[in-house]
Amino acid sequence: MPDSSTTFTSTPATDDLGQLESGLDNLETGSRQRPSIKSSILKLLSPLIAIVAVIAIWQFIIYLQWQPEWIIPSPKAVLDSLGAQAEQDILWQATFGSIKRAAQGFVIALLVAVPIGLALGLNKYLRAIFGPLLTGLQQLPSVAWVPAAIIWFGLSDATIYTVILLGAVPSIANGLISGMDQIPTLYLRAGQVLGATGWKKIRHIVLPAAWPGFLAGLEQGWAFAWRSLMAAELIAVSPALGLGLGQMLDIGRQLGDMALVLGSIIMIMAVGVLVDRLIFSPLRQRTLRNRGLAR
Amino acid sequence: MSLTGGARIAPGTALLESEGLAVKISHVTKRFNPNGPDVLQDISLSVRPGEFVSLVGASGCGKSTLLNLLAGLEKPTSGEILTDGSPTLMFQEPALMPWLTAGKNVELALLLRGVPRKERKEKAQRLLSMVHLDRSYNQRPHELSGGMRQRVAIARAIAQERKVLLMDEPFAALDAITRDLIHEELSRIWKETGLTVIFVTHNVREAVRLGQRVALMSSRPGRIIQEWNVDIPEPRRLDSPPVAELARVITDELREEIRRHA
Repeated sequence: MPDSSTTFTSTPATDDLGQLESGLDNLETGSRQRPSIKSSILKLLSPLIAIVAVIAIWQFIIYLQWQPEWIIPSPKAVLDSLGAQAEQDILWQATFGSIKRAAQGFVIALLVAVPIGLALGLNKYLRAIFGPLLTGLQQLPSVAWVPAAIIWFGLSDATIYTVILLGAVPSIANGLISGMDQIPTLYLRAGQVLGATGWKKIRHIVLPAAWPGFLAGLEQGWAFAWRSLMAAELIAVSPALGLGLGQMLDIGRQLGDMALVLGSIIMIMAVGVLVDRLIFSPLRQRTLRNRGLAR
Repeated sequence: MSLTGGARIAPGTALLESEGLAVKISHVTKRFNPNGPDVLQDISLSVRPGEFVSLVGASGCGKSTLLNLLAGLEKPTSGEILTDGSPTLMFQEPALMPWLTAGKNVELALLLRGVPRKERKEKAQRLLSMVHLDRSYNQRPHELSGGMRQRVAIARAIAQERKVLLMDEPFAALDAITRDLIHEELSRIWKETGLTVIFVTHNVREAVRLGQRVALMSSRPGRIIQEWNVDIPEPRRLDSPPVAELARVITDELREEIRRHA
């Protein structure tokens, strides 16, 4: 007759059953494959091929002398222009100014979007009422808000952050909602059996289970925040706003300096790629690997 | 004390204690559609504390519905279910959280039960060694075999320290060799913990191998039509002659029941 307490004293795995099971376990789980150093380096360097190819084609067009230098400047002219901006400290001020603004805007967008996403993901009535509005906002290019924001807030930081928020919040919130929609019922049932209710259910079951979809929303939200910021900086130019890549681009336009225009565009793209490579791509890889979804 | 419709679920009542029972199902009927057929019809079953009861039946006998009622995931249409505390439930799938390691999956159960942070890791480690997974604490569910995952699920269920464990065909998806070993594991754990187990399966031999009592259910509507006491001493095997013999008697009854639907 077993006693009624459910406390347990551990049995060392030296018994017969333990040996059998650990033998079978070893047979059934193969050794883990780690990616080799060679393949990691290859993966890191392969985007360079595209960059080299683009520069080669570009240089070839210059070599043909098809258009004058002030319409299509050479790669070297663009590099020199960026170098000149760097010497005056403008390049780094502009780049870090923009990154800082985008990052701050993104964090605020996150704080606004998560409660909205949770509320709409958990409550089907709120979802029915506000879902279409959110999707409408997501479809609308947030540049469209720049004129309105300037009228409301003038040429101030508030204008810039408004545009970033309107760009990023709908994507992040919708990402969280679709992540929640994709949670397999099994996890919710298991959570229920484990006694996860209320905030604990959200914290320990819903949010982690929704993470892959939410991460996709974060990536899109970042892309929208960055784009919106560039659009806002390009349109709302004022000494009061400080320097950003958008403003640098606008200075190039005003001076008719095509090398600076192209240089600014390259910097805007480079920041986008770097943020993906350094933040989102590792997060994505880690998520897929941890959940056994990596191929 | 009864709610509208006469359906009531009351975990852990003095009533059970006075009768010396861990689970009492009285005259439970379940319909999903008010005008639809009875999925379960007039089910009555009493389970003593520490008892291991197997429920067998063909498809459509409402075994899983009965477990969902016992687990409180659904409410009976009529009748009464009493359980000693709220039971825990194991599914056919291990249902481990894929974002957590094996150890953290067990810790999640401890956390939700309110075990302080400092004690969780050691407890989880001990529960994993109970199912012979000492070295799997940091492994992710997808790195484990099906049998290992289901053992983690057992450890997680034990971590909840509930008195009643419901199992819904938990080993149906496992291969024969793995299932054989996990049967031994479960028998041992059941004896060591004193849990009350209700084990649903459509594998008659498995029901006999594990249970102290086997209840046979009919299909459409689901009713309990016969019960057997399994007086076969441990260690039992799926192929022990007395197990096979009783399984044959039950299978004959089961076939008789299936034939009714021809």
